[in-house]
Amino acid sequence: MKICVLVKEVPDAAVEKRMDPNTGRLDRSGEKNLNPFDTHAIEAAMQIREGGAVDVDEIVAVTMGPESAVRALHKAVSLGADRSVHLTDESLAGSDVVATGYALAQALKAENPDLVLLGQQSDDGECYTIGAVVADHLRMPSLTQVIKIDVNGESLRCERQAEYGYDTVDVALPAVISVGDAINEPRYPSLKAIMGAKKKPLDTKSAGDVEIDTSRVGQDGSKTAVLAINPPPEKQAGEIIEDEDTDETVQKIVAWLDERKLLA
Amino acid sequence: MSGILTYALHYEGEFNKNSLGAVSEAAKLAKELGQEAHAVVVGDDVTDELAGKLGNYGASKVYYASAPVGIAQPVVDVMAKLIQDNGYSYALFGGGLLGFEIGAGLAARLGGGVTMEVTQVKVQDGKLVAERPILQDSAIVDVDYVGEPGVIIGRLNAFEIAENGGSADVEKVDVELSDFSTKCTMVQRGEQRGADVNIEDAELLVGGGRGLGKAEGFKIAEDLAEALGGAVAATRAVVDAGWYPYAAQIGQTGKTVAPKLYLAVGISGAIQHKVGMQNSENIVAINKDPNAPIFEFSDLGIVGDLNKIVPKLTEAIKAKKGG
Ligand SMILES: Cc1cc2nc3c(=O)[nH]c(=O)nc-3n(C[C@H](O)[C@H](O)[C@H](O)COP(=O)(O)OP(=O)(O)OC[C@H]3O[C@@H](n4cnc5c(N)ncnc54)[C@H](O)[C@@H]3O)c2cc1C
Repeated sequence: MKICVLVKEVPDAAVEKRMDPNTGRLDRSGEKNLNPFDTHAIEAAMQIREGGAVDVDEIVAVTMGPESAVRALHKAVSLGADRSVHLTDESLAGSDVVATGYALAQALKAENPDLVLLGQQSDDGECYTIGAVVADHLRMPSLTQVIKIDVNGESLRCERQAEYGYDTVDVALPAVISVGDAINEPRYPSLKAIMGAKKKPLDTKSAGDVEIDTSRVGQDGSKTAVLAINPPPEKQAGEIIEDEDTDETVQKIVAWLDERKLLA
Repeated sequence: MSGILTYALHYEGEFNKNSLGAVSEAAKLAKELGQEAHAVVVGDDVTDELAGKLGNYGASKVYYASAPVGIAQPVVDVMAKLIQDNGYSYALFGGGLLGFEIGAGLAARLGGGVTMEVTQVKVQDGKLVAERPILQDSAIVDVDYVGEPGVIIGRLNAFEIAENGGSADVEKVDVELSDFSTKCTMVQRGEQRGADVNIEDAELLVGGGRGLGKAEGFKIAEDLAEALGGAVAATRAVVDAGWYPYAAQIGQTGKTVAPKLYLAVGISGAIQHKVGMQNSENIVAINKDPNAPIFEFSDLGIVGDLNKIVPKLTEAIKAKKGG
């Protein structure tokens, strides 16, 4: 079995996220990291490999993004992927969700995986939707926000929480599965794996290499357009207490609650 | 062409309230546009009577198709066919899991634009424009759709439910499913896990999140709740991890509460959690991360380690109430 894991480089959690008012896109300057949800997808791939229910020949990390995105691939490889694919092309800049999903699907087609795993959301886009878009282009069954995967012969038994309770769903392979962060505890990469990551094979692909129709990607190929970016409505900020002396902090909380008659 | 098509999710003979909100919103917008709002119900248990109920929320026509229930891709097949045959300009979904899956799949299938987490839809120059908060609600973008259909996926509780006593034409449709749409098989739907807890009636709630560290960590939240005379609620992250029962989950895929006090311990304040508790009268948060989003909407925020603060707080409350 060949597993492709979609990964993304996102602004580090500590960096304040903001929009670039000129382009209407996310300001991507500042410290970056591998999207935390993707580390769960890589870990899920590793656990399928180590679970022994099926032979996993290869785990391939796949990303789309500018040159800097190779760092996300290095991180993915240090966490267990065997090699990586970097789809990068000027024409892809400014792609919306559907255009991005289409481009990634083209890169995946070239890999012909049995299973595509991804994190259910990215720290920057917060879209929850790429999995479903990719699956439709690949004509594969898909399930999102999965919190448990068991390999069951030619299919996967997955669990997820829906609006009304938990669903257990069998998904025949090949398939596209997006996972939530409760699915596992990602391992830490070893120093050796971090050092070795740059030496693992990395294919760089252009739009033409994976037969992307460039009229369907980039800002011009996107079917949504940002008309305006506005600040959210103003709201009164709450009171903040930094806990230095805990006894004092506790006194303040109790007084606050008491004042509002919550300790009656 | 014109019109808005909405999907309504049902479970055990009842429509999901976010779906009813979406149908109501579509009806309101369609009226402004001088168009009609239609709806789709999919499942193996749909009756004329069930489908017809959507008329009361403003759908003038309701289609239903027999296909596996609770799985997104068959719904994409049905909606794509209806849009191709009848040319709806927009598809609108309520907040929730299936809205994300179906809406995104539909946009991919038909080459339309999709916007998720939409909090408001406006009519502008005879078109719909979606307002979407981004970057943890630090900005709001107005999104326009290029070409058709435009797919709008709402945020939880974004759309108000409005009953109008109307009725709908009901039509059963047969749609051939894509080969891959039949490859997800529902083994068990809607399983409830964990004991029943009643968080909706509690006036004082202690919400516990992943910051509690492990299932046993909930003990300190429970002790605090007991001292306050309230109940314990939880985030999805801990419910997913099996630390606490689903019945106690607050948020987009859990319950919506509005107690007098919501005291959040070790909760980051993700938007899907926020939507379930933001109407609490007083919000107090304890979190060690000064940048946690919850501090942006709490009335009192304490930056510190909950393991140090909460046990002492419990003792202090007990002492105060006892004395
Ligand atoms: C479609 C969809 C639906 C969802 N529905 C829901 C829903 O209904 N309800 C819901 O809650 N979530 C929902 N989620 C998940 C949501 O996005 C978040 O992942 C979740 O709410 C996070 O839970 P948390 O705050 O417990 O965990 P985390 O985000 O991991 O936060 C833990 C917090 O604890 C703090 N912390 C850690 N240790 C300590 C300590 N010692 N002292 C003090 N603070 C500490 C950390 O700083 C952190 O802020 C949904 C997601 C999706 C995609």
